[in-house]
Amino acid sequence: MSAAEAPVIEAQRLNLVFETGDGQVHALKDVDLTVRKGDFVSFIGPSGCGKTTFLRVVADLEQPTSGSIRVNGMSPEAARKARAYGYVFQAAGLYPWRTIAGNVRLPLEIMGYPRADAGARVARALELVELTGFEKKYPWQLSGGMQQRASIARALAFDADILLMDEPFGALDEIVRDRLNEELLRLWHHTGKTIGFVTHSIPEAVYLSTRIVVMSPRPGRITDIIESPLPRDRPLDIRDTPEFIAVAHRVREGLRAGHSYD
Amino acid sequence: MRTAFPVLSVVAVILALWYAACVPMNAQWARDQAARAGVELSATALVTDTLAQQRPRLPAPHQVAAELWNTTWVEERHGRRGLWNTGTLSNRSLIYHGWVTLSATLLGFAIGTGLGILLAVGIVHNRAMDLSVMPWAIASQTIPILALAPMIIVVLNAVGITGLIPKAIISAYLSFFPVVVGMVKGLRAPEAMQLDLLKTYSASEAQTFFRLRLPASMPYLFASLKVGIAAALVGAIVAELPTGAVAGLGARLLAGSYFGQTLQIWSALVAAAIIAAGMVGLIGIAQRITLGRMGMAR
Amino acid sequence: MSAPQVSASGTDRRQAGPGKVGAPAAILGGAVPASGGAQFWGMAAALLAAAALWLAADPAAAPALSALAWLLVAAVAAHMARAGRLALAPALLVVPLGLVVAAWTLAREAAAPAAPSFWLAVAAVWLGAWMTVVWLSELRPRHRGARRLLGLLAPILFGATLLWLWEAVVLGAGVPRVILPPPSVIAARIAASAPILWIDFVQTFVKGALSGFAIGCGAAILFAVLVDRSQFLKRGLLPVGNFVAALPIIGTAPIMVMWFGFDWPSKAAVVVAMVFFPMLVNTVQGLQASEPMQRDLMRTWSAGYWQTLWHLRLPAALPFIFNGLKICSTLALIGAIVAEFFGSPTRGMGFRISTEVGRLQLDMVWAEITVAAIAGSAFYGFWALLERQMTFWHPSQRGR
Repeated sequence: MSAAEAPVIEAQRLNLVFETGDGQVHALKDVDLTVRKGDFVSFIGPSGCGKTTFLRVVADLEQPTSGSIRVNGMSPEAARKARAYGYVFQAAGLYPWRTIAGNVRLPLEIMGYPRADAGARVARALELVELTGFEKKYPWQLSGGMQQRASIARALAFDADILLMDEPFGALDEIVRDRLNEELLRLWHHTGKTIGFVTHSIPEAVYLSTRIVVMSPRPGRITDIIESPLPRDRPLDIRDTPEFIAVAHRVREGLRAGHSYD
Repeated sequence: MRTAFPVLSVVAVILALWYAACVPMNAQWARDQAARAGVELSATALVTDTLAQQRPRLPAPHQVAAELWNTTWVEERHGRRGLWNTGTLSNRSLIYHGWVTLSATLLGFAIGTGLGILLAVGIVHNRAMDLSVMPWAIASQTIPILALAPMIIVVLNAVGITGLIPKAIISAYLSFFPVVVGMVKGLRAPEAMQLDLLKTYSASEAQTFFRLRLPASMPYLFASLKVGIAAALVGAIVAELPTGAVAGLGARLLAGSYFGQTLQIWSALVAAAIIAAGMVGLIGIAQRITLGRMGMAR
Repeated sequence: MSAPQVSASGTDRRQAGPGKVGAPAAILGGAVPASGGAQFWGMAAALLAAAALWLAADPAAAPALSALAWLLVAAVAAHMARAGRLALAPALLVVPLGLVVAAWTLAREAAAPAAPSFWLAVAAVWLGAWMTVVWLSELRPRHRGARRLLGLLAPILFGATLLWLWEAVVLGAGVPRVILPPPSVIAARIAASAPILWIDFVQTFVKGALSGFAIGCGAAILFAVLVDRSQFLKRGLLPVGNFVAALPIIGTAPIMVMWFGFDWPSKAAVVVAMVFFPMLVNTVQGLQASEPMQRDLMRTWSAGYWQTLWHLRLPAALPFIFNGLKICSTLALIGAIVAEFFGSPTRGMGFRISTEVGRLQLDMVWAEITVAAIAGSAFYGFWALLERQMTFWHPSQRGR
């Protein structure tokens, strides 16, 4: 197998059980998933289905109870230490005491990039998310959408191959979300990154992804994996085509099936 | 239970450090005594001696506890002037001295809190007072008003007011300002939306006050009451220093420091700590009950 | 607010009754809310009565009467301005001027045991000053600088009036100086005793309070950073720290004097004991203040412990740390002064206060208290300013 074809994320019979005050919660049950390089994989499902937990396991923020998971052929911890991915949370989580440029520079400072290189990378990342000119602003002086773009720039700054996004546009209004979706697709084209994307919006998942992983709760598991037949180049109005509607329909069916024995 | 064990461990460590500190602190005196008597002190003898001196530089915890026991229960039960023999509290007992201080604290605290709440109501409802008085109320928290205590005592003595009242006055003004500032904050705590809602009901000023502002201020009130009672106790103790008062915990501290009675100082200190903890604890219980009934408990 | 309480407001509206809140406010402020009218009529009546009494008793009281006439003219001008018949700005200048002239004359007049007319005039000046504050409070300037000026002017006017009232009452009622010296005497004492005050200030504030503050707060912050690594210690220390912070630590002063001697080290030790736990509790809480998401983010970058501390947790803790520093800045001065009541060399603010009280030299006591007040609020103000510089990003600072 050549390096280009090696799976970026590979999970086999992955289980994660949380011990809580009122018993065990099976957050992930027997999850098998392979993500190839350059994929845009969306995770969709109702709350409690384990989609965020899976992303956090990939990021080494949670430890699986059993099963195996490899990221870039390494353990998640090694991948984290090798700075293999950038992570974007639901809230922008920018540091209010740092300017926008300072926030984007923060991971570079921590990773010990030389000053000049860091400056160039910050400028490039801000350009990618179209925030050039806002370097000296503080986060609380920007709108929610701009803050989220800055947090994406922060995840892009150190050029990891993988981008993990946990409902990054969940707190934004639909108009801003549409624009950011478009920008995200353009960015994915540009950079050829592998993206793991958690959402609970069906149109968002269908519009963005090459593969859609449908999950369901109690226990959290994968019920369907849909390969999108849509072309990689997607204008916004692709959402009105029959192909798009067919995929969306299948996703909806998958979600409903997952709920059938609740 | 999650916190009980860590807290007990921390307390145990503090006690252990305390015991450990007793040895070097009191060793000098023990060696001097031994040298004077012409005997050589073994290590164990040194340690036992440092934990059982008459006037140690640092008394051991059990010595303080014994002194507390002797000056409360033993003194009242068996003492010549104790409660059982005379029907009145003995002036050698910490219960008596503690009560002298506590009564001044409570009286002053009641006065200070009452006036503080009144002033806060005025400040919230009158913009002129807000603009002119509030900055001084805030500024007064940054200055050491406790320094006024000796003068107030002496001046009030000079005009013939002695005993409980001067101490209560000092306690009152120490608890006054925290209550004012806290209550103003609390009465302003309701959000604009909640105030607007009452406005749509065309509620009167009084209705808004009693149904929204006052309930909303309760968490702030209790927080400042805790600060206030602690300040009031400090005020009452310091108020007992300047005139050479004969009763009260402050008087015990002062007398102890004059005559080098370290055990007396420490037991008075612990008594003051117990009173402070008790008062703050009582307010905490009242807070829990009140806020619980109002559905605001966390 | 829960829903039942809100809905109840409709049903028993009659029981609550109006004006319950207005009444205490009116008594406290001496004001009908939101109007200077009552003060104006009260002032005018008091002035006329004072003038009549003065004329009847002592026709030679020309200076006092001319001052009163000034005040009356000012009041009428102000009243006309309010009615819209005169520009407000000149009236607002004339009224304080009239107040100042009248106040000055009255204070000089007050040497003799004062007549009823004097007290009426004092009352009139008080009402006039309060009327001015009410007017000021009704101004709603749009400009930010003007708002800030207003926020300064009202308390200054109020404070100045209080000081003047103190002076007038003490002089007018002939209060003995051993009970309450007037502000003018205290000011003269401050000017005359500047060198002594400076020596005391250095002894108590610079040597005692400042060094104790630095050692205590510094040690507490370092200790908090160490403790922070252990969940167990944090859970045990926070309740203990909160408990100790409520205790009257100041009572350890006699012990510290025994251990560290009479000079400033014992005072610094008291201050250390007083500030340590409040600072520790605040810092430990502050270090927990960063959001879990932000800590996760640091983890995804595989940032080390110290990197997370320096880049995330310490900045997030700054508002708490400054809160602790502000609390401790007042505790420090209190501790250093009160500790001197238990023994000190023959200098220091606490020493001076306790000995001069004994000698009934109250002007010197007040002078020391003035210095202590200025030092205390300046020290506090220093930390508040630094806080505004360093935590400009915090929501509580952004609104200003």
